[in-house]
Amino acid sequence: MTITVLAFGITRDICGQRRFTLDLPEKTSSDALLAILQEKYPPLRQLSSLLVAVNESYAEPGHVLADGDEVALIPPVSGG
Amino acid sequence: MQFDIQLKDTPLDFEACTRRVMQPDSGGIDVFIGTVRNATRGRAVLRLEFEAYEGMALREMQKIAESAAAQWPLHALVVHHRTGVLLPGEIAVVIAVSAAHRDAAFTACRYLIDTLKQTVPIWKKEVFEDGEVWVAAHP
Repeated sequence: MTITVLAFGITRDICGQRRFTLDLPEKTSSDALLAILQEKYPPLRQLSSLLVAVNESYAEPGHVLADGDEVALIPPVSGG
Repeated sequence: MQFDIQLKDTPLDFEACTRRVMQPDSGGIDVFIGTVRNATRGRAVLRLEFEAYEGMALREMQKIAESAAAQWPLHALVVHHRTGVLLPGEIAVVIAVSAAHRDAAFTACRYLIDTLKQTVPIWKKEVFEDGEVWVAAHP
């Protein structure tokens, strides 16, 4: 299956791109995706926190991804 | 109740936001205005660069507004947040709420800005003369 990853804030700097696609095995979880990305981009591990949103909502741990999902990397937010 | 929730890449108008929530049955109006400070820990800030995950940021702001309206008897509620490049002194966020009495307005306004800062996917980068840093990214 193919998902789209959106990288915001510092994660865009770390990944070097704002938007990219990944081919993943069916039923990959959001945690597994994070592990894959942390392996590929080790500085992601140094962040204060790193959450994942799937289709514009925060994902619960273990959330199972589906083909076509839009997955956003959410480093510590700092609005306001 | 309708909420006025916006992300804008143009200057925010706190007077318009305030007027938006004033109504005859409201005896208390609270407005929070967040502005760009000119220094962080003694380092001069040249500018802030705000970035948002727009669709989700609007959804999260809507959730916070709904939560506030469920907790306090509010009459009207405005949340406007900037994106893009802001200079010191410029307004990054305006929150305005009205209620019959001040307690609800004060408490809801505080809740709205505190929760926005915790959950809404907006990020700011501080740019100094000698470098730049994404706020709160690292421990």
